[in-house]
Amino acid sequence: MRISVGHLYPDYLNIYADRGNIAVLASRAAWRGHELEVRAIGSGDSIGDHDLYYVGGGQDREQALIAVELAAQGPALLEAAAGGAAMLAVCGGYQLLGRGYRDRLGAELPGVGLFDLHTVAGERRMIGDVLLECELTPGERRTLAGFENHAGRTMLGPAAEPLGRVVAGFGNDGASGYEGCRAGRAIGTYLHGPLLPRNPWLADWLLEQALSHSLGEPQRLGPLPDELEQQAHAIAGARARSRGGSRSRR
Amino acid sequence: MRLRLEIALARGAGRLSRLAGRGGGTTLPGKLLAALDRGAVATLASRLPLGSAVISATNGKTTTAAMAVEILSPRLELAHNRSGANLVSGVASALLEADGAELGLLEVDEAALTEVARLVKPRVLCLGNLFRDQLDRYGELEQLAERWRAAVRDLDPKARLVVNADDPQVGDLAQGRPGALVYGLDDARHARPALQHAADSKYCLRCGTPYRYAAAYVGHLGDYACPACGHARPPLDVAAREIELDGLRGSSFALSTAEGSTRIELRLPGLYNVYNAVAAASLCLTLGSTPDDVRRGLARFQAAFGRFERIEVGGKRVLVLLIKNPAGANEAVRTVLGGGPPAVAVVALNDRIADGRDVSWIWDVDFEQLAAGLGTLVASGERAAELALRFKYGGLDARAIEVVPELERALERGLELTPAGGELVVLPTYTAMLSLRQILSDRGLVRPYWERAA
Repeated sequence: MRISVGHLYPDYLNIYADRGNIAVLASRAAWRGHELEVRAIGSGDSIGDHDLYYVGGGQDREQALIAVELAAQGPALLEAAAGGAAMLAVCGGYQLLGRGYRDRLGAELPGVGLFDLHTVAGERRMIGDVLLECELTPGERRTLAGFENHAGRTMLGPAAEPLGRVVAGFGNDGASGYEGCRAGRAIGTYLHGPLLPRNPWLADWLLEQALSHSLGEPQRLGPLPDELEQQAHAIAGARARSRGGSRSRR
Repeated sequence: MRLRLEIALARGAGRLSRLAGRGGGTTLPGKLLAALDRGAVATLASRLPLGSAVISATNGKTTTAAMAVEILSPRLELAHNRSGANLVSGVASALLEADGAELGLLEVDEAALTEVARLVKPRVLCLGNLFRDQLDRYGELEQLAERWRAAVRDLDPKARLVVNADDPQVGDLAQGRPGALVYGLDDARHARPALQHAADSKYCLRCGTPYRYAAAYVGHLGDYACPACGHARPPLDVAAREIELDGLRGSSFALSTAEGSTRIELRLPGLYNVYNAVAAASLCLTLGSTPDDVRRGLARFQAAFGRFERIEVGGKRVLVLLIKNPAGANEAVRTVLGGGPPAVAVVALNDRIADGRDVSWIWDVDFEQLAAGLGTLVASGERAAELALRFKYGGLDARAIEVVPELERALERGLELTPAGGELVVLPTYTAMLSLRQILSDRGLVRPYWERAA
């Protein structure tokens, strides 16, 4: 099976090794006999028709350069999501899929509006290892281990479902105890590290969603030998427990 | 009187620390002094009859400073923080220890530059490059660039600025500073076909349009021009031309100035060491060295510790190249491959503060090229499993990867896999490099870093 991936603005949003996430999706698809075809969507391109969209993180300057163009793709991205395309947005990309981002000087960057959330830049950056507990498939409780580094405080709106509960680390705003956002097959999160190598179950979940979009019916993938991935997950999780950021009550 | 007492106390602490076997005591005296009285650092610096030269960069500052020491030391007594202790405390230690020094030659951490420059008031400030590095510690590149702009604004008007024109953010600092000296590379034969994956500063400082590169040498360093507004690399005062790279053996280039051209021979490989050499040369020319002093000094120079060291171990050699961020690690990989692809490599990833707690940067390194020819990777360090994943998803068969977190065992295993007379490539992050040198120094194979001749 061919799985097509649209990688949004990799020239601008590629900090924190976003290509690691793509490499994991490509290899894990290939090991099951599927082919991941990744197309870079650049400035001036239309978003096309893909099974999975990926939006990475950027430094403030690059993020500001591309925010307006990304927001203009909003209607097309909402339509793709409604059509069952899967999405993964990390850090800056996560913020820009919300309703908007207010920077340190008070300027408002527009957002795509896929997630019901808004982000405001805070004074101190929230930096450290993070561990989350999530349940994307009812009854299947899993953990995600990553690293966060963000000045933005992300506030979820009433319609938003968080990606997970923070076990250790700051999360969306350093206070709510929640991290990320999930809307159907779309996932947004601050976790990089990159996210997928040490959390292969999420890579497989995203591939399953993309395959389901492509084939029009639910798909499940078989397991792979993931000893190295489990080791890396365990160490990253232990780091979060021993030195991740701590939430404050407000 | 108070200052004398503080200095005596701080020096005593350094000796005690060494006697107690706790490393070189290279920052302890400075930490004490800096804690006792920050003004004392300024006072010590002001006593140097020829003032100070300060060097900073994301990559290459230790090597550049060590090269400048080699060029200057025949004619000047220097106060130099040779162990790479480059925060305020390390600078304070260097100033404390250098009795009778005439000139301060100080390598300074890029984030500490503003504070050190304010205390030391350099007469020459040499700035090399800004790459993304440890975003968890330094913050984003733009914030660091703003600190550098502030440091340059605060400079004494008579101070000379020496900057790398090939880095858009750094070259721009020479704007509006008469007497600034700009250096760079000028040999398009060594340009990379495209900007590397992790290139920073790709967009015009003035208008945000992507730069066009006539030549990109290392990361985003090169000969750039903005097609929209015309912002471009300034004309070079000092240039490296006719560059020749000789695998892992060395390199050479023509050091070209307004006065003429001098052939420079280096025992260090790689284009990034040409950058370091032309930076050191520019700095020393500004301080009154002749091109011939530069040539002789650089011909003598051997690598700063852990940066490119060959160590004999039982009939085999260990080649150590420090890796610490994507741009630097890409150059280390490119250099290693210049000597032919190795069959075995030990790569050691730690995640302490000095390494960066966020290990995601390894995914921005083009390790694929190294993985392509590798028979065995020994993945080591506290985050060995993470590193193993980088290579696994970079195309290396999982069966070719051995995870050996403990460094000494990883070194043993690497040597075991290396044929007699062969060379083992070891790429450690900063604290892994320090541990590795400790292991080798315990075996009497290298001298501890604080005893190294400068």
